[in-house]
Amino acid sequence: MSAPLRKKPPRVGDTPAVRRTLLGFVLIVGAFLILAPLLVILYQAFSLGVGVFADTIAHPDTRHAIWLTVLTALIAVPLNTAFGVAAAWAITKFDFWGRRFLIVVIEIPFSVSPIVAGVAYLFVYGLQGVFGPALDAAGIKVMFALPGIVLASMFVTAPFVARELIPLMQAQGRDLEEAATSLGASGWRTFFSVTLPNIRWALLYGVVLCNARVMGEFGAVSVVSGNIRGQTNTLPLHIELLYHDYQTVGAFAAASILTVLAIVTIIAKVLLERQGAGRAGRPALASPAPAAQGKTP
Amino acid sequence: MRRRVLPGLTLSLGITLFYVGLIVVLPLGALVFKAASLGPEDYWRIVSSARAVASYRVTVLSALAATAFNLVFGMALAWVLVRYRFPGRRLIDAIVDLPFALPTAVAGIALTTLFAQNGWFGSVLAEAGIKVAYTPLGIMVAMSFTSLPFIVRTVQPVLEDLDPALEEAAQTLGGSDGAIFMRVILPLLTPALLAGVSLSFARSLGEFGAIIFIAGNQPMETEITALLTFIRLEEYDYQAAAAIASVLLITAFVMLAITNLMQARALRYTEKTRA
Amino acid sequence: MKIRLDNVVKTFDTFRAVHGVSLDIASGELVALLGPSGSGKTTILRMVAGLEYADGGHIYFGEQDATDIPVRDRGVGFVFQHYALFPHMTVGENIAFGMKVSKVKRSKQQMEARVAELLRLVKLDNLGGRFPSQISGGQRQRVALARALAVDPKVLLLDEPFGALDANVRRDLRRWLREIHEELGITTLFVTHDQEEALDLADRVVILNEGKIVQEGTPEAVCRNPNSAFVMNFLGDANRLGATVANGKAEIGGASLEAAGFGDGAASVYLRPRDLDWSATEPGIAATVTRVIDKPDGRRILARTAGGEQVELDVPPETVARAGDQGFVRIHRARVFAESASN
Repeated sequence: MSAPLRKKPPRVGDTPAVRRTLLGFVLIVGAFLILAPLLVILYQAFSLGVGVFADTIAHPDTRHAIWLTVLTALIAVPLNTAFGVAAAWAITKFDFWGRRFLIVVIEIPFSVSPIVAGVAYLFVYGLQGVFGPALDAAGIKVMFALPGIVLASMFVTAPFVARELIPLMQAQGRDLEEAATSLGASGWRTFFSVTLPNIRWALLYGVVLCNARVMGEFGAVSVVSGNIRGQTNTLPLHIELLYHDYQTVGAFAAASILTVLAIVTIIAKVLLERQGAGRAGRPALASPAPAAQGKTP
Repeated sequence: MRRRVLPGLTLSLGITLFYVGLIVVLPLGALVFKAASLGPEDYWRIVSSARAVASYRVTVLSALAATAFNLVFGMALAWVLVRYRFPGRRLIDAIVDLPFALPTAVAGIALTTLFAQNGWFGSVLAEAGIKVAYTPLGIMVAMSFTSLPFIVRTVQPVLEDLDPALEEAAQTLGGSDGAIFMRVILPLLTPALLAGVSLSFARSLGEFGAIIFIAGNQPMETEITALLTFIRLEEYDYQAAAAIASVLLITAFVMLAITNLMQARALRYTEKTRA
Repeated sequence: MKIRLDNVVKTFDTFRAVHGVSLDIASGELVALLGPSGSGKTTILRMVAGLEYADGGHIYFGEQDATDIPVRDRGVGFVFQHYALFPHMTVGENIAFGMKVSKVKRSKQQMEARVAELLRLVKLDNLGGRFPSQISGGQRQRVALARALAVDPKVLLLDEPFGALDANVRRDLRRWLREIHEELGITTLFVTHDQEEALDLADRVVILNEGKIVQEGTPEAVCRNPNSAFVMNFLGDANRLGATVANGKAEIGGASLEAAGFGDGAASVYLRPRDLDWSATEPGIAATVTRVIDKPDGRRILARTAGGEQVELDVPPETVARAGDQGFVRIHRARVFAESASN
């Protein structure tokens, strides 16, 4: 009875040669392309010692850039979240004409270059834009100021929250909300006590990704901010400034802050995925319909 | 239309339309308006100028090369993550998202430092006579990095959900590994691959932050279209900026349309009725 | 092709799915592996196919030891429970797949002719150009069979071939599969948890429980002579009544049955509802009707014996009975099993 255990028959690609080749290829290229940039940032940031690093971080311009970046996120992320929830609610809980088109429009910022976004904003709020002259006459500054930076950040991140929520809420259907309403709950009550608990991880997931993008956005913000040192310089723009001033260590010190943000974002993402957010909660993109597998009559 | 049971349509749809209108549609509309106000002759002169055309060429060719590389590497990465068990798999799975999480400017200076003549990779490559930084090769590297996760993340879930019985069926019918991969697995991954490729390509076409550091930005040689738009703005040539930006915008929309068509074609076998 | 399993063992992690199963299947035989879920029947089928490796024992195809032959070289035709049709290929392309990837090169015309022949065999002549998502479940099942037959398998293996289908489609397909088997004469092994399906279709039924063969034989043999309470129960509805054996007779409150060979003591008596009758008068087991269920072909009486045990009887439609009636259960046929053999 105690015959030697033979493993499962090999699946496609399980032959040792294929396995070793693929693993080797992926690990080596991955190390060069993903890991090395991470290491070089930390190496450069501390290349002149912790003192220089600390000085750069403590410099008023850097501190202002950090503050501006955080402020932008504090405004843009909540607004975007509110929009994402509203859009997901409208799109998944109701049928109306143009619903699919609306989803396409929400996703547009994903395929548009951030530079195009920045330029487009200039033609709305800039002096040569649609509203620019009127705003200027009223003394309101949008371009080359905080509002412009916030608006541009909101453009590039518009789909982040909505696209996490829409597939999830679509899959969850309307039954729970309809049951709550039939029991007499108000709309807000239904949302907060029935819908929100079911989507909270996906919502947080979208918020985390949105925040990372807002804090890291470079192209769009670079067009609308005017790069005024100590005034409209966000952290990514400040990195460029330092880098082009040949203050490499300073640039990498500032970059290391955003790198930490990226790592925190990835950790948060992994933790939220364990709660079922993200990929796991989303139907696989363009996977063959299950009907094709013959599981439905 | 179905009777509405749930409350909040007016409010939620109102917020949605207002936000989309203000944040997405209005600016893009203003851009198109500005570009259209140029008149066909001026528009054509700007978008077909030698410097613009050179920028399209370097952008599109680099994006194609970067996407081709990502197709192979992303597919291999997705395969390894889904099909093999090895120590560190989960760490790699997490770190794949780094290019999305890392701000592009940070990626830009990091890649430039690595590939510069005195950098870790640059110095080794220089001995072999290969220059990456400040050449189109550098643009490719930056594009590959920033769009790396797209193909992995679109292929991975489909590969995970692939019914093992399909492979087993192919095995009982005598298929070799190669035949099963080419005839069964790859066709089933095609829609996801197409989606990933188009996202990756679109991102590469529009990428700015990571590229400008490493590209060298020589007009006619290593100047990408997004940068040319930016330069025209800094020269206060707003009409030229609008025209060139509109080319990028139209390209993005055409890409979206082509992707949707190709996906529908690749998925036609799932249609219920006879084609 | 003759198949022989010699003391085959399979363990998953710590769970032993198959405990030393030995089985001989004659060339051209149609055999059913019947058992509840978890009985190891599908694992046995997959081991014969080479989709699982046996941890111990041997599997012979004819005189050849096939235990270590990889799936793709084993020459088996396998029909999967959910068919596993390639969704991106048409019906015709699905059927042709095995020929296309085969080491034996065939011309395009040969393949087309073979596909047409198989489509005719499975009565899907006009559907060769459809995709699997565009045909019905029963049609998919037939495509799966045609695809498996296309490579001229030595053995045909079917995993719950009718499990995913509606009852009426299932009955038609069963008869049709039997016809195909008679026409082609391929050694066939199929897995099912449905005893009716096994008895309807198979030359021989192998009943499994907890990874072991509990009984095997022709449908007639297993039906007429179930060797255990498990088989008795699994093959159809059965009432169980407690009995006391004394001097070769089993006594159940008011009735006495032949129980030669049983030691004195407690035993279980198993009775099919059809083998019981209802009577207002003695002899029989005293019982009270709790409910009567009417069916097209008769009535089912649910009754409680004086001893407090539940009994179900299938009686002719003209039988008079109503809830609350008192009467007697008459036994035409019964099987006695030692107490330990029951639950």
